[in-house]
Amino acid sequence: MSSQIVWMIAGMAIVTYIPRLLPFVLFKGKELPVFVQGILKNVPYATLGALIFPGILFINEDIWFGLLGAAASFTAAFLGANVIIVVLGSIAVLSVYSFLF
Amino acid sequence: MAEIAVNKPATEYRRGLQSGISIAIGYAPIALTFGLLAKTTGLSIGETALMSLLVFAGAAQYISLSLLSLGTGIFEIILTTFIVNIRHFLMSTSLNEKWEDSQTANKAILSFGITDETFSVAAVRDEKVTSGYMLGLISISYSSWVVCSGLGHLIGASLPQTLQESMSVALYAMFVGLLVPSMKKSVKVVFLAALAAIFNIIFTLTNALSTGWAIVLATLLSAVIVELIENARNRQRRREHE
Repeated sequence: MSSQIVWMIAGMAIVTYIPRLLPFVLFKGKELPVFVQGILKNVPYATLGALIFPGILFINEDIWFGLLGAAASFTAAFLGANVIIVVLGSIAVLSVYSFLF
Repeated sequence: MAEIAVNKPATEYRRGLQSGISIAIGYAPIALTFGLLAKTTGLSIGETALMSLLVFAGAAQYISLSLLSLGTGIFEIILTTFIVNIRHFLMSTSLNEKWEDSQTANKAILSFGITDETFSVAAVRDEKVTSGYMLGLISISYSSWVVCSGLGHLIGASLPQTLQESMSVALYAMFVGLLVPSMKKSVKVVFLAALAAIFNIIFTLTNALSTGWAIVLATLLSAVIVELIENARNRQRRREHE
């Protein structure tokens, strides 16, 4: 193992762990203002929106691939399928698409 | 006693494992490709596995490889990693509110495993989050990430082209599967997700911000704006009642 790479990995590990860890130490046992609590409750849903778009549209150079994946997953989820079915169903739909085109 | 039985750590651990299955599936193709790319970039299998073991952050690991192949200095790579992963600060702060454990040490250790994916799954859970649940969720995701990174390097190939392409949708489909049930229950969730998506699309397409900051800013703007609007409406409704 090259020692330079190992130092790089160690550095990456530390700067990745700190933001993950810090809030649990900083806000330990602290009651945050009601308004801030409200925002933090909103964060998961806002994060999901930002994680899905525009990323899902660009999973392939062929934009139709992404659009079809988005349509398949939203349809399956809207019909009430659980998460694993949504994942496997979307993979299946795109497999058929790339097999055909 | 019945209440204690419901929240037994072993049961929670198993529930966490179950919730993590889609993450493990989604990580497999990405980690295999990471292993393969790491090999092409000139990393040994030990270095590849070490990075996945210690860093456990997909986007940052990919970026480090492309920077390495461009001959970028180590300090710059570490700085870039920090910027890309700073979004986890927001996720941990949010998760801290619904994660019940009086032992801060448990949270501190398990926080190593907070990724976009483990956070999303835990954050939309109906019940409170426990450390047993997080341990299950993280261990299955982490195993898939580390094992598949090593395999990608070892085999020196990723999945067949067509399967690889269709599996690239997996994590996005998982996010959709996590989001939509809440959207059906609450208009507020629809606005939160749509607003953050629109902001992130604008930031990304205009190249205004790096990916890490774009997600942080889009999320915060949406969460704050929707909260302000809701507060204003509640105040108005109260005034009308008086």
